[in-house]
Amino acid sequence: MSKYLLLRHLEVPDLHNIKVYVKHGGFAGLKKAVTRLQPAQVIEEVKASGLRGRGGAGFPTGLKWSFLPNNLWPHYVVANADESEPGTFKDRELLERNPFQFLEGLAIASFAVKAHDAYVYLRGEFWQQAVFLDNCIVEMQKAGYLGDKLFGTPYSLRIHTHLGAGAYICGEETALLESIEGKIGQPRLRPPFPAVEGLYSKPTVINNVETLANLPFIIENGASKFCEYGTVKSPGVKIFSLSGRVNKPGNYELPLGATFRELIFGLGGGIPNGHKIKAIMQAGASSSIILADDKALDTPMDYESVAALGAQLGSASVIVIDDSVSLDWLINKTVHFFKHESCGKCTPCREGTYWMSHLTEKVLQKDRSAEDVQLLNTVARQMQNKCLCALGEFSIMAVMTAIERFPEDFTVTNGR
Amino acid sequence: MNQTAIKYAREIEALFAKYPEEHRQSAVMPLLHLVHQDNSFISKHAINDIAEIVGISTTEVASVVGFYTLYHDHPEGKYRFQICTDLSCALQGADEFLRALCAALEIDPGGTTKDGLITVEEVMCLAACDKGPLFQVQGKDGISYHERQTVESAMQTVQELREQEKHE
Repeated sequence: MSKYLLLRHLEVPDLHNIKVYVKHGGFAGLKKAVTRLQPAQVIEEVKASGLRGRGGAGFPTGLKWSFLPNNLWPHYVVANADESEPGTFKDRELLERNPFQFLEGLAIASFAVKAHDAYVYLRGEFWQQAVFLDNCIVEMQKAGYLGDKLFGTPYSLRIHTHLGAGAYICGEETALLESIEGKIGQPRLRPPFPAVEGLYSKPTVINNVETLANLPFIIENGASKFCEYGTVKSPGVKIFSLSGRVNKPGNYELPLGATFRELIFGLGGGIPNGHKIKAIMQAGASSSIILADDKALDTPMDYESVAALGAQLGSASVIVIDDSVSLDWLINKTVHFFKHESCGKCTPCREGTYWMSHLTEKVLQKDRSAEDVQLLNTVARQMQNKCLCALGEFSIMAVMTAIERFPEDFTVTNGR
Repeated sequence: MNQTAIKYAREIEALFAKYPEEHRQSAVMPLLHLVHQDNSFISKHAINDIAEIVGISTTEVASVVGFYTLYHDHPEGKYRFQICTDLSCALQGADEFLRALCAALEIDPGGTTKDGLITVEEVMCLAACDKGPLFQVQGKDGISYHERQTVESAMQTVQELREQEKHE
């Protein structure tokens, strides 16, 4: 059995070549779905697999699909390839090196919800990946895996790419839909949810690239086989993007439930230059920051265990912080990011990120006061649960947890 | 006379086939990319043309140009070096890399070289966090990534672009 479910190109170097992909079992899942299963059976299988969204929210994939009404047509499927969370670079690797597994997954999802057009929304910076993906789509059409009457059945499917142009907020699913419609990427008020009123006001499923790449395995081998990986509540594998102060940064595929220690000190080779690990940001810039003590390092990386640490697994982009880094500097970086990326639609986020940025700059100065830190914390808390979408909520996570869990980095006598 | 419609007639036809007929506005972003790629910015004229092509107001197109960071509404360098200085890259020395590269080019961040060829911009995360410091080059060939960079390797790229320019 293969060592990998997703990063299979690490074992099969030319997997981005359609012939190689087919030779290694490619499109067997799609063929099985289209020729032997009903769409509802595909949805049931994915529900049974326990697969949850790998973009960050962790919502059960099969359940998401089942929300689409059967009296409104057409249905659309949109793949979210707007990967922009600082610290996250897994979808990019899949698009470049295992693109057909992702596209096969997208085709399976489309069949499951009876969609005949699917869109791949790539961040504008993924220009070369979009050109490459367009070629892959043409090759699939030529080989009969896309287009009219797949495998001799009445089912037809077309996949189109759409390039963004530099906006983190377009990873938020309703902002993404606005962007495909040719508008500025501002999130919509919900409800209605995209499952009922999505792209072009039609029922729409939006799934992350990595989520979709799991589907060929699940359909070909069955949900029970998939559940042999990971934990009971968080089945399957996950790609962990490891970066920051670590010897071997990169993408690592592990079953959900592997520990932080295995990732950072095992595969990642530990902390360079004789430094000690200080903190972990496991959901990129959106993380609640984890104090990296022994208890945290031995925590299984699954949705439930990370939540028990007062954090969230998110997109599993693990940024390692060593003891040479002061968190007042770090939150100035993350807040600057969110201020830049706030879409400006809702007041708490637009104004809150602006004022937090002003204050994190001030807190970095030598003459900061305890009131500056306190005011920063107050602004963050006043934003909580008041923003239109997750971006504003994400922006305060690092700020609040840094001040709470690393008070020594915010004292006024800290060598200043 | 809609110059943009004439110049990109074939591309426009293909774009309109990609989206439902009643949703031609979806072609706005791909059309802006085409214009930006050929001119390294988007002029008011082009904004008017695109509005006419897809059948929406000039203001709507201009707001899209203003919202997304890869669209620029005024001419700067022919190539934009966009350096990520976000958290993971900063932990790998991206801030120092930005300063040193700007010093080597004798410009400030956001500035353009005297020959008008290179503009250096500081940008947000580029999704290559294990390979910093890095930048992307936005120019007439679209966008390309340059990973694990030093000032020397970046200046090598600058030199190559300058040579290429001489031959054009």
